[in-house]
Amino acid sequence: MLKLIGYLKPYTVFILVAIALLFVQALTELALPDYMSRIVNVGIQQGGVEDAIPQAISQETFNDVSLFLSREHKEAILGYYELITQESSNYREYLERYPALETEPVYVLVNDTIENNEELKLTFGKALMAYSGVKTGGGQGNENFSPPSGITIPEGADPFKIMRLLPESIRLQMLSDMDKMVDVLGESMIKQSAVLVVKEEYQKLGMDTDSIQSRYVFRIGLMMVLMALLSTAATIMVAFIASKIAAAVARNLRKDVFTKIENFSNVEFAKFSTASLITRTTNDITQIQLVIVMIIRMVFYAPIMGVGGVFRAIEKSVSMSWIIALAVIILLGMIGIVFAIALPKFKKIQKLIDRLNLVTRENLSGLMVVRAFNTQKFEEKRFREANEDVTKTNLFVNRVMVSMMPIMMLVMNGIVLLIVWVGAKQIAESSLQVGDMMAYIQYAMQIIISFLMLTMIFIFIPRASVSANRVHEVLKVDPEITDPDNPKQFPKDFKGEVEFRNVCYRFPGAEENILNHISFTAKPGETTAIIGSTGSGKSTLLNMIPRFYDVCDGQVLLDGVDIREVRQHDLRDHIGYVPQKGVLFSGTIESNLKYADDDATLDEIKKAAEIAQATEFIETNEEKYQTPISQGGINVSGGQKQRLSIARALLKRPEIFLFDDSFSALDFKTDAALRRKLKQETGKSTMIIVGQRIATIKNAEQILVLDEGKLVGKGRHDELMKTCQTYQEIARSQLSEEELS
Amino acid sequence: MSQDNQTTRRQPPRGGRHGGPGGGPGIMAGGEKPKNFKATLRKLVKELSQFKVRIIMVFIFAALSAFLMILGPKILGNITTELFEGLMNKIRGTGEGINFDSIKQTILFLLGLYVGSTLLAYTQGWIMSGVSAKITYRLREQISLKINNLPLKYFDKTSQGEVLSRVTNDVDTISRTLNQSLTQMITSLTTVIGVIFMMFSISWQMTLVALLILPLSASLIALVVKQSQKYFKKQQDYLGHVNGHVEEMYGGHVVVKAFNGEADSIKKFNGINDVLYDSAWKSQFLSGMMMPIMMFVGNIGYVLISILGGWFAVKRIITVGDIQAFIVYVRQFTQPVAQIANIMNIFQQTAAAAERVFEFIEEDEEVAETHNPVKNVEHNGNVEFKHVQFGYDPEKIIIKDFSCQVNKGHNIAIVGPTGAGKTTMVKLLMRFYDVNSGEILLDGHNIKDYSRYDLRENFGMVLQDTWLYNGSIWDNIKYGRLDATDEEVLAAAKAAHVDAFVHMLPDGYDLLLNEETTNVSQGQKQLITIARAILADPKVLILDEATSSVDTRTEVQIQKAMANLMKNRTSFVIAHRLSTIRDADLILVMNEGDIVEQGNHKELLERDGFYAELYKSQFEEDFVETEGLI
Repeated sequence: MLKLIGYLKPYTVFILVAIALLFVQALTELALPDYMSRIVNVGIQQGGVEDAIPQAISQETFNDVSLFLSREHKEAILGYYELITQESSNYREYLERYPALETEPVYVLVNDTIENNEELKLTFGKALMAYSGVKTGGGQGNENFSPPSGITIPEGADPFKIMRLLPESIRLQMLSDMDKMVDVLGESMIKQSAVLVVKEEYQKLGMDTDSIQSRYVFRIGLMMVLMALLSTAATIMVAFIASKIAAAVARNLRKDVFTKIENFSNVEFAKFSTASLITRTTNDITQIQLVIVMIIRMVFYAPIMGVGGVFRAIEKSVSMSWIIALAVIILLGMIGIVFAIALPKFKKIQKLIDRLNLVTRENLSGLMVVRAFNTQKFEEKRFREANEDVTKTNLFVNRVMVSMMPIMMLVMNGIVLLIVWVGAKQIAESSLQVGDMMAYIQYAMQIIISFLMLTMIFIFIPRASVSANRVHEVLKVDPEITDPDNPKQFPKDFKGEVEFRNVCYRFPGAEENILNHISFTAKPGETTAIIGSTGSGKSTLLNMIPRFYDVCDGQVLLDGVDIREVRQHDLRDHIGYVPQKGVLFSGTIESNLKYADDDATLDEIKKAAEIAQATEFIETNEEKYQTPISQGGINVSGGQKQRLSIARALLKRPEIFLFDDSFSALDFKTDAALRRKLKQETGKSTMIIVGQRIATIKNAEQILVLDEGKLVGKGRHDELMKTCQTYQEIARSQLSEEELS
Repeated sequence: MSQDNQTTRRQPPRGGRHGGPGGGPGIMAGGEKPKNFKATLRKLVKELSQFKVRIIMVFIFAALSAFLMILGPKILGNITTELFEGLMNKIRGTGEGINFDSIKQTILFLLGLYVGSTLLAYTQGWIMSGVSAKITYRLREQISLKINNLPLKYFDKTSQGEVLSRVTNDVDTISRTLNQSLTQMITSLTTVIGVIFMMFSISWQMTLVALLILPLSASLIALVVKQSQKYFKKQQDYLGHVNGHVEEMYGGHVVVKAFNGEADSIKKFNGINDVLYDSAWKSQFLSGMMMPIMMFVGNIGYVLISILGGWFAVKRIITVGDIQAFIVYVRQFTQPVAQIANIMNIFQQTAAAAERVFEFIEEDEEVAETHNPVKNVEHNGNVEFKHVQFGYDPEKIIIKDFSCQVNKGHNIAIVGPTGAGKTTMVKLLMRFYDVNSGEILLDGHNIKDYSRYDLRENFGMVLQDTWLYNGSIWDNIKYGRLDATDEEVLAAAKAAHVDAFVHMLPDGYDLLLNEETTNVSQGQKQLITIARAILADPKVLILDEATSSVDTRTEVQIQKAMANLMKNRTSFVIAHRLSTIRDADLILVMNEGDIVEQGNHKELLERDGFYAELYKSQFEEDFVETEGLI
């Protein structure tokens, strides 16, 4: 996986931008529950009043409240307020906001810095709370705020009047007693209670508390919409960047891999196998593309989200962190267990499915044999066994896997209950607000989901890394056959004489040479045929000439020039090659023939087709030379493909023709006619033919007989019939004595 | 083997299960549609109906489980309310504060609810896995039985890969749908209905708002899907083009090189690759937008509910816990709706898969056996063709009127150019195909009057395609007659010269042939198939180009083995080596599907017709003189 990291380098900036955007996405996502909790805490519970410090307070109320303040505190607080009366210059201005001004003077907060004076805020809050306690408690006997012992308040009397009558020292004593009691409740509780007093005071001042509340809720709501928008915008931008980077990396990889493979020689193709190279160029790279998107959008996101969630959650309540840790441990443990049980079985299932496929495929490919031998029952039994194995294992795995979802849900819900239970206790102790608990639940879920996302990654990454490795294997190959640094040129009047000088070849990794010390010369104007049993190395020998393989020892020379000393392009310009299986490309007959020479005229094409005996079937088609050829040429027969391949090579008008068993799919009649015509038309060229049929090669000027990589005979048919035992054997198996004589 | 790989590889990705990131690719893929959804569904339901009780149980459990889950948030909301009210009372200095006893009880109750839901969900999954496994097993079994009862004709138009993909991919799709999607559908439906009900029970106004969000999200998604589908299709197309080009260039790389076509090929590739890049990122991006958009719509819902809920809570219309519950419901609501859309898509793919499977299972089988098959015929191997007329396509008769008499022990050669239909005769003889008119007699009885089993007991086959199965060499020989004794198997192996080479192999007779049967040579494989035919001890032998793909030395051995095999049997030999043909008692010359000449070698040469021409062409002009001497 990391080996391909270089492909991401050009996009580093974009990746960094994406990560930055992911932070935005995570932060905004995480902000939402917080806003929701504020709606509950402030919007609903506190009636939209955010702070325990009143924006305005009537002089009358303040005088009552100040009974619960020391002189210094009272002075300090008043320092932040301005008393507005009907005489004040800005009376009109404030009247609208505080209609009660008409009847009484009001203290208005003019200096916001009180916000920063925590101690004073707390003291003020306590005073407000005490004030409210005494006010309501007077009537209802609230135990928290009952006046200190020894003082009895007569029924129906105004407690504040009484308090005012108390001497300063007793009042201060009372205050410090009360302080101790209130402190037990905790800051949060003091604040929450004070806020209610403030709200009541606002009502008294004639302010529209309902609208304060709804304004607050709407304001926060608007913030939430903005956050949601921001989050969506960030997500979409990340998606944009991720898709672009991934697609671009895939494109570059595909391009590099394809270019690389186009320069592979037969050796590399054999090493990887064509099918595998195709998969590496297509599917594997698509896999990588998908994973890059995943990495950017999820792998980077999950930790940001998880860590962010943890911070947010701790901010709300440190003491409940253990619940989240517990949840993560349980879930990961559970996933671990399920996978530990299921994973080995997954591998087994793949094997069993392969087995089922194999049995079915065998039955299908052997349909006639199965029926001929009446072994249908046997096949059915084989299938049934394979089917039973697959079904049983599948069932087991399925039953393990279906437990995942329900158990996961149970754990998640259990966690919620645990948070509620623990949270409830803390709420009762006033160390947590209800909205915070609700937010906490959501943070917990977000953290857990981040962890689940991360585990998903551990399932996906290995799969992608297999693909990446496969692609990298291709990219790191140094093709065995390369152009020389200082290429030579062939002589101007190139004739096409092919000479093998002591050539040896061994397939990479093989124990023995496939070709051993082969020497011969193929002259222009002559036909050289190569014959031998399967595996004798005749095709390999032929493929050395266009440098599909490079010799291990010895030399291949064209007109005296070692083919390794010229550019491959120049070398192949002189060669007309006809492969064993007629290889055609999708297009038309014409486009296939023109593959040899883009500028060929229709007459030239017709001529080539005629020599190759292809005219007959081309002309019977309605579209003639425009007849479409489908991919792999599946709509033409093997024989037709061979003839078209020959015509293609002819169009190139090369000095050297190479036929790699190119007549095998032709019937004897066509084969004979074609070769006769070929001989007429290509008189001056060097022809090298690999053949299986004696009849095809009998007339060659030179026949090379190969056996297990050695040249065991060289000469004309008649000579070889006398001297070469291998040749005789081959001939005998094909022709009867009379024909050979 | 490689061909099979290709067929499977070329198959377009079915459906959108391989869910990429970003969600919603299932909807993107569009999926294939069944031709007849209703009929297929009916068949699928019929298949399911034998598990009626279990499936009803599954449905009930799934619905109950979902129902219990739905109750959760509302009850949990009650706890929140209880907490909130208790707290408010405490702040205001009124009431009792928080009632922990009742909270504890509620939490325990909820825990019970969740555990119950989990148990139900799991039981349901357990049962459904079982049902799905049984159905999957049965479908596969039926397909397997079908393979051996279909007329060969069927396989002329259906590739192996197609049948194979029914056994695996299609059945797999059905299985997965049964396992997951079916119950998911029930769960989702219950959830949607339940959630709507619960939402209404909290506040109809808020519910309406939540429901209004739905068409908004639906139309947004539709918009994106429409856009992205365009690019998705383009991406698929160009992925196909890249694949095609790559396959072609790699497959024909020698030709590319020989004609110096690399530069052109790379140029063309880059062109396609660039278009692919363009459509790839666009489709990826657009499908990647689905999730954020859905989340945004969800968040808008969340916000609206928070605002509206907050407002209502202030007005004391609903409680704080209700807001909490409602938010959870809104979240739960959008998910199953999206899921149902996805499941509908999956159902369609499943129906298409099921349709293919049922189509195969319901395919016409071989013509029924005769009711009173002839029994106890003494078999000698006399074969007679009487005015046989046949065509693979009834419109296109290829064998017009063929008659001939083959006596026991005779050797018949069938010759002709490639594609002349030489194997047709064999296929008729073994009743892989039935004649259109006329009759074929084996030992005096029409082959249609035998049971197929009895008829084929008389034949042994050695084909060019050396079919062996993934078993030991011993088992493969024994395949000729499964009830043969060890001595008989050994004797057959010796007669076919298998014994001669088998001891040089790693495990001898126990050598397990690998899947590609590449651990024995082509010639050795051919010898094993001959041993198999010898063991079967047939009265009539069919040899179809049995030696064409082996080298000369092995061929000599095979020839000897075949000579052993052909002793005292009627044999039909398809060959192109004239040396094999010349000694035949009767030569049938075929061209373009028809029998153009028949007679022995000498007669046919004298007639100077097609056979003579064919024969001559093998030796070219300079042999004409020699030939005159024969």
